[in-house]
Amino acid sequence: MALLEVTGLHAGYGAADVLRGVSFAVEQGGITAVLGANGAGKTTLLRAVSGMLGRRGSIRFDGQPIEKTATEDIARLGVAHVPDGRGTFLDLTTEENLRIGAYTRKDRTTVAQDLERVFTYFPRLKERRQQQAGTLSGGEQQMLAVSRALMLRPRLLLLDEPSFGLAPLVVQDIFGILRAINAEQGVSVLLVEQNAGLALDLADNAYVLETGQVVMSGTTEAVRSDEAVRRAYLGY
Amino acid sequence: MEAFLHQVFSGLATGGIYASLALALVMIYQSTNHINFAQGEMAMFSTYLAWSMINGGMPYWWAFLLTVLVSFVVGAAIERIIIRPVEDAPVLSVVTVFIALLVIFNSVAGWIFTYTIKTFPSPFPEQPLFGNRYISSHELGSIAVTLLVLVALYLFFRFTPLGLAMRAAAQNPLSSRLAGIRVGSMLALGWGLAAAVGAVAGLLVAPIVYLEPNMMAGVLLYAFAAALVGGIDNPFGAVLGGFMVGVLENLIGAYVIGTELKLTVALVLIVGVLLFKPSGMFGKVFVSRV
Amino acid sequence: MNSAVAADDVMAPRYAGVSLRAWRAIGLAALLAGAVALPFLVSNYRVFQFNLVLIYAIVLLGLNILTGYNGQISLGHGAFYAIGAYAAAILMDQFGWPYWTTLPVAGLVCFVFGFLFGLPALRLRGHYLALATFALAVAMPQILKYKHIEQWTGGVQGIVIVKPEAPFGLKITADQWLYLFTLAILVLMFALGWNLLRGRVGRALVAIRDHPVAAEAMGVHGALYKTLAFGVSALYAGVAGALGAIVVQFVAPDSFTAGLSINFLIGIVIGGVASISGAFYGALFIQFVPNFADQISKAAPWAIYGVFLLAFVYLMPAGVAGFVRLAWMRMRAARHRPVTHPHREK
Repeated sequence: MALLEVTGLHAGYGAADVLRGVSFAVEQGGITAVLGANGAGKTTLLRAVSGMLGRRGSIRFDGQPIEKTATEDIARLGVAHVPDGRGTFLDLTTEENLRIGAYTRKDRTTVAQDLERVFTYFPRLKERRQQQAGTLSGGEQQMLAVSRALMLRPRLLLLDEPSFGLAPLVVQDIFGILRAINAEQGVSVLLVEQNAGLALDLADNAYVLETGQVVMSGTTEAVRSDEAVRRAYLGY
Repeated sequence: MEAFLHQVFSGLATGGIYASLALALVMIYQSTNHINFAQGEMAMFSTYLAWSMINGGMPYWWAFLLTVLVSFVVGAAIERIIIRPVEDAPVLSVVTVFIALLVIFNSVAGWIFTYTIKTFPSPFPEQPLFGNRYISSHELGSIAVTLLVLVALYLFFRFTPLGLAMRAAAQNPLSSRLAGIRVGSMLALGWGLAAAVGAVAGLLVAPIVYLEPNMMAGVLLYAFAAALVGGIDNPFGAVLGGFMVGVLENLIGAYVIGTELKLTVALVLIVGVLLFKPSGMFGKVFVSRV
Repeated sequence: MNSAVAADDVMAPRYAGVSLRAWRAIGLAALLAGAVALPFLVSNYRVFQFNLVLIYAIVLLGLNILTGYNGQISLGHGAFYAIGAYAAAILMDQFGWPYWTTLPVAGLVCFVFGFLFGLPALRLRGHYLALATFALAVAMPQILKYKHIEQWTGGVQGIVIVKPEAPFGLKITADQWLYLFTLAILVLMFALGWNLLRGRVGRALVAIRDHPVAAEAMGVHGALYKTLAFGVSALYAGVAGALGAIVVQFVAPDSFTAGLSINFLIGIVIGGVASISGAFYGALFIQFVPNFADQISKAAPWAIYGVFLLAFVYLMPAGVAGFVRLAWMRMRAARHRPVTHPHREK
């Protein structure tokens, strides 16, 4: 059974729906990518899953319906969302940001272990541990956002354009760690990206979103080999 | 010289009280960007509660503790029930709700406890401590209690997960919810804490200004001024501002214009700070440039 | 909170062969006739009460220009009202001016004070402005009691004024005359206000309230309009204050506490923010509901008042005026659809 199963999802910000009947799934331990151009509804899709906006349709997480669940309760089920704009707490220190990620967890020792673990993933954050997060560079803030999400010990990680605005080397770094996290800890990932090449390298399943509807889906290989996708999103 | 020192010390004592109330204002401002006009009246009402308990024979410190607790609960309840529905309403609606609260607390206090002025006991001895000539025991005690409250709050916000979550919720509610923080509860908690701190201020100031439903109007203005002097988004600034304003008020009252215009001093301070240093001494800039 | 301008300026439809605009004129004339007749129908005390309603309506219109139309919250209009009242009282008491000559002076003095207060207010928004003006309201009684101006203000005792009698040998009581006098001033002030708000200035004020950046970009001089709004608004309060002093025949510092300013804010919230007619509903409310609240609970009338206020914010955020407008539009839409929307008739 899929970890996240979405069927016939409608969502939007007011009068008009941005998503119009979207269905997709994220397998247990899998990485699913959602591709699409600007305005296709990718960010809306993640927000709808997290309950940040009004939605209709069925969303099941681990078999449990969550389409009426509040954002904070969805997080408590083990869904960590790295939002667009990264959602950094700019006035708090790096370490405080990470501790907020672990807010729902009560066991101090495992939290301390996880803190060390993310510091081994991103040694840069350890150097900046007591620094105000607002003073971090864009790349460091993205690392912080991913780390903050990991501190929740999520079963599902929602990533909103983690490559956005970052230097290629930093992007490589972050994606390498995402792959490791997925392999070592079995965290399932739902990744939304404009950079299709990058996303397809990481994912095992992909969906293509156009104006709020899924126009194509399948394994990464199948999607990658599709003529239209190649022309529109991969540029060759 | 002796008179001058006396003015400074008693200024520090009332300043500590302004600091507490200013801190209450800042706490609510930080999490909601609202300035709670009813903060003073809530503190006044708390003080009446304590008065009834003490009159009923309860020992002072028990009454103190119980009052602070009840104030906390009532403050949180007000946030949940009355403030929550207008959270995203236009500023005018929010201000109107605060004004309504102010009026209701004031009137209900007058109704239950009448408008006659009452004395309120001080828990500290009547004789000055350590045989000093400059500062009464109540003044010294007020400063001590204020500082104690401030340190406790500092430790809470700085070192506990709950305190951290409250700061996070105030700063970035959306991101906080994604981390599983119940932002609504944090707001209610903030209101509760503010009401509790306000209650402490009320209990400390009552022996000085006497207990009556309008006792807090002046104190509230000074607390506003203090919060603004320090920077309305900075708790430490607010506390420092409180002490400064307290001393300033006393000195200006004693040596410059006399005590009849005390409130005007507060007015001038408020307008002056807003005009010339709107971010206060330690705060961030908040004014509109348009 | 939306502007009344848009709602009232719908294409002039017709009903029973007469344009809506004409209907409105007829309605206004009838209302005015009723207002003129009123003092001859009720007791002198009632006349006095209704006189105060008219005076409050002037303040509320002024406050609405500032808070409703321009979005600058003032919790300090009681202070301007006090300044107007004292200006009138001092001129009459110390200099022997006739009562009617004090109104322009009171208005002008308040305009200057308002304009000056509007300068620092330019940099403030929302809560901060409310706070600064609130401080003004709280400090006002103290300022009025200040001993170095006691020779003018009469200190705590205040000033007693002689009630003016009806002129031209008219056979009406002083109360009736003052009522009619106030009514005339009110009509004048409302005509001025109406002209101001319906035209370019009104649009500019609303634009500054709703879209400050865009307004500035389109060449609306925001700072000037905002300070002027403050001045004009204070002018209304000042004229009303002067009238209030004359009618009550007495000014004293403790008549002008923060409670008065709060009352005015309550008036516009309940009457209807950014609405001209709302001033009347608000004025009726602040004059009569406290009595009514008194009857519900002798002990805590202000608490009832506060509960009213909460109820309005939650249930009727556009105030009475908004409610009336909505009801009127619904009625019209239901009954006269063919008339108001002829093009929909196929």
